Amino acid sequence: MTALYLLLPELLIGGLAFLVLAADLLLPARRAPIVGWLAALGMLALAFFCATWWGAAGAMGELYVLDRFALLFKILALVMGAIVILMSLDYARRRLPGAGEYYGLIVFAALGMALMTGATELLTAYIGLELLNFSLYVLVSYSKWNPKSNEAGTKYILLGAISSAVLLYGLSLLYGLTGTTNYAGIAQALASGTPSPGLVAALVLILGGLGFKIAAVPFHMWAPDAYQGAPTPIAALLAVAAKAAGFGLLVRLLAEALPSTLPLIGPPLAAVAAATMVLGNTVAIRQRNLKRLLAYSSIGQVGYLLVGLAGFGAGAAEAIVFHLAGYAATNFAAFLVVIIVENRTGDEDIDDYAGLAERAPFAAFALTAAFFSLAGLPLLAGFVTKFYLFLTAAQAGLIWLVAIGVTMSVVSLYYYLMVIRQLYVVAPIKVGPLPMTATERALLSVLVVATIAIGVAPAPLFVIVRSAVAPLFG
Amino acid sequence: MNIPLLSLMTLTPLVGALVLLVLPRDRHGLIRAVALAAAGISAAAAVAVFLVYDTVRAGFQLAERLPWLPQIGIDYALAVDGSSVVMLLLTGIVIVTGVLISWRVDYRPKDFFALLLLLVAGVYGVFCSTDLFFFFFWYEVAVLPMYLLIAVWGSTNKEYGALKLTLMLVAGSILIWIGLLMLYVASGINSFDLFRLQHITFDPLTQSIAFLLFMIGFGVLAGMWPLHTWSPDGHVAAPTAVSMLHAGVLMKLGAFGILRIAMTLLPEGARIWLPVLLVLATVNVIYGALSAMSQRDLKYVIGYSSVSHMGYVLMGLASLSLIGTTGAVLQMFSHGIMTALFFAMVGVIYDQAHTRDIAAFRGLICTMPAVSVLFILAGLASLGLPGLSGFVAEFLVFSGLAQAQAWLFVVLAVVGVAITATYVLRLIARVFFGPPEAAWRALRDGTPLDVAAGASLAFVLVAVGLYPAPLIGPIVGSVLPIVRRLGGVE
Repeated sequence: MTALYLLLPELLIGGLAFLVLAADLLLPARRAPIVGWLAALGMLALAFFCATWWGAAGAMGELYVLDRFALLFKILALVMGAIVILMSLDYARRRLPGAGEYYGLIVFAALGMALMTGATELLTAYIGLELLNFSLYVLVSYSKWNPKSNEAGTKYILLGAISSAVLLYGLSLLYGLTGTTNYAGIAQALASGTPSPGLVAALVLILGGLGFKIAAVPFHMWAPDAYQGAPTPIAALLAVAAKAAGFGLLVRLLAEALPSTLPLIGPPLAAVAAATMVLGNTVAIRQRNLKRLLAYSSIGQVGYLLVGLAGFGAGAAEAIVFHLAGYAATNFAAFLVVIIVENRTGDEDIDDYAGLAERAPFAAFALTAAFFSLAGLPLLAGFVTKFYLFLTAAQAGLIWLVAIGVTMSVVSLYYYLMVIRQLYVVAPIKVGPLPMTATERALLSVLVVATIAIGVAPAPLFVIVRSAVAPLFG
Repeated sequence: MNIPLLSLMTLTPLVGALVLLVLPRDRHGLIRAVALAAAGISAAAAVAVFLVYDTVRAGFQLAERLPWLPQIGIDYALAVDGSSVVMLLLTGIVIVTGVLISWRVDYRPKDFFALLLLLVAGVYGVFCSTDLFFFFFWYEVAVLPMYLLIAVWGSTNKEYGALKLTLMLVAGSILIWIGLLMLYVASGINSFDLFRLQHITFDPLTQSIAFLLFMIGFGVLAGMWPLHTWSPDGHVAAPTAVSMLHAGVLMKLGAFGILRIAMTLLPEGARIWLPVLLVLATVNVIYGALSAMSQRDLKYVIGYSSVSHMGYVLMGLASLSLIGTTGAVLQMFSHGIMTALFFAMVGVIYDQAHTRDIAAFRGLICTMPAVSVLFILAGLASLGLPGLSGFVAEFLVFSGLAQAQAWLFVVLAVVGVAITATYVLRLIARVFFGPPEAAWRALRDGTPLDVAAGASLAFVLVAVGLYPAPLIGPIVGSVLPIVRRLGGVE
């Protein structure tokens, strides 16, 4: 228990969350933006604090670890949470009046993500995951007067609860088989002996339960409805941050607890990856609503990341984290444009984006850059991160899966171009400039610059990712 | 001299595009000036590269290298050999004339020139990258702006042409991507460096599969039959400068990729697949020429003639002979200049007449003498009139085929020239001669800028036709090691 100080970042995040809630209670409702700023700046400050710990390492018994991987995901969770809050400020002002606890819940979600990726024990990881999920359940249905938001929230809660039960059942089986819930202990117990039917059942249930959280096919059905119904910044939180944390948990679990089962779970994961890539990208073609399109496109992106899990190893783990970081900047940029447009005009349909290049040139440019990055074109983050992801898969002998992946990239380019066509080619239906707030403009600039910077000079990020992943593979 | 010429050449257009992004939208004059300056500096650097390149020493020169992602073996590495310098020269000439011809673009010129510069940066990058990752990187950079350039600023059926072109090219690049990953994994040296990979002998199965992937992937961009269909539609739809760059330079990237990557790294694969390429290329020549003959739109004629002429390039590459391969690279240059001139002049005509229907015109030489003369000159080069560059290049290709004793293909290639002569002469007679139509009396000749751009292209056609040695020297030096490794005829 001497290593209690290792929990300091988590304690501070929790403290910030309660502080935000208290501020919400004390301040009048019209002061909600102050609460938002408090939460966002507090999270950024904590992210900076975590960064100063870079290189520190230690474990709290068998429960919890502080290594570079955990630190990187804490930083990511905090920064992503702060971005979501900054994206929400104007949106909440217009559409979610008095949304003080909204910000507090986002901080709790970040705490959940930090716990998930730092845990080295099944139940601790599970508790982190549930903290994230419960925050999301409330956030998704936060637009109280919007029936779609309520529907989305209800669906998400029901399916989420079922998947949690499935996951928990799998975890209990694994505990029954190995006699421990500690990652290293599980790895040790599984290292000797042949895989039993019980182990197969446990793995199926665990991966199924987690597959739901990251919206892998066939557990993806909730995602489009939830994205469409949720307040749009929360859709971004779901699409980017929750997924990143889910993959963080999966990477640590596979690397530390289940390395001996990789030959067993590789082929089914490859099949799931292929199905996820194909379904996400082909169904996206038919979408008329941009939020649903983004939902399916991010299912497709999950497919690419699953390719990494299917050919899992140190390189693939790096590739997953690398891709996640680039994907975060890119997808947040896309969502921010959607938020800006929706918030000003109420428009969500792709056709409503006609002539955006005339009305809001910078937003149109940012959305185009984000889409080209998601499609994997160069000078942008998506090209190099996806290239490395597929490179590691090819090294693992999964060239057929790579072929599906790159083919689906072309399919995705098609539906992204259909949106870009609206922006630049089709004449506007509505006229007049579409202003954005200074915060939105600054945030969008930062995200676009980050997308380009990773695409042009990926080495610094890669070095960080490599040193973060290294401890997992000892 | 320590100026990093190759980076200067490749990155100046990118910087130019960035500068354009921050300029105010309505300062059209300033926007054009910046675009011309960026194009001009890069072209001047390309000319300097051509002059500095030491033909006697041959091999790769002017190398630059910076680690980019050294952990997985990617370097930002540039260097040029004899074929590269010729292609860079072509790129420089076409982009400058392309910017001049685009002077009258006044719909969102800022975005137009930024995308045009992005496109040309990609082209420069491909021609001088010696790291396969970056080769692919720049290749995709060149594809990236195409959709918007065509769909926003194009004409006839532009959205269809733009989408078809983009998706087909990107689909082709998938195969290249897979091929690159295969080589990277099979080599086991964790490097994308061309020079290091050159020393690896890949096993025959890998060679065969990878060569096929590259042949089809690059073949799409090179307009290889039957994957050429994007090319006429795309070129017709594109705005003038984009047609010039695309048909003039971008299609060459495909052929260049086959030469630089597939034939250089995969000699075994080349021996298996080059005969197939030879057959397909011959179909290109004949099919392209016949299709050109039956077109009614001036731009479609040129589009199909490009398909036909790219056939000669591919035939030369597939001839497995030193002379033929040299001819192929020279044909890339010659066709690039010629087709740029074609598209530039058609653009001038279309901007005033708003039609490109061949049947609508008659006697244009009376109203637009300079434009007509320049167009006719390009036509004569395309049918291989001695004294113009097309003749030299095609003659070399035929000689190479003869040397390789592929007599049937020599005959078919010459038939292709005959068909070309038929449609070109018929077109010229129909459009430019005869009594002028009253409807077209109001047409004016090209502006001084148009004529200057066209005349400089025409000058290159004549100069290379009369004295091709400065180009042939470096080309021979660069293709000799490749042909030798393939066991071709020297």
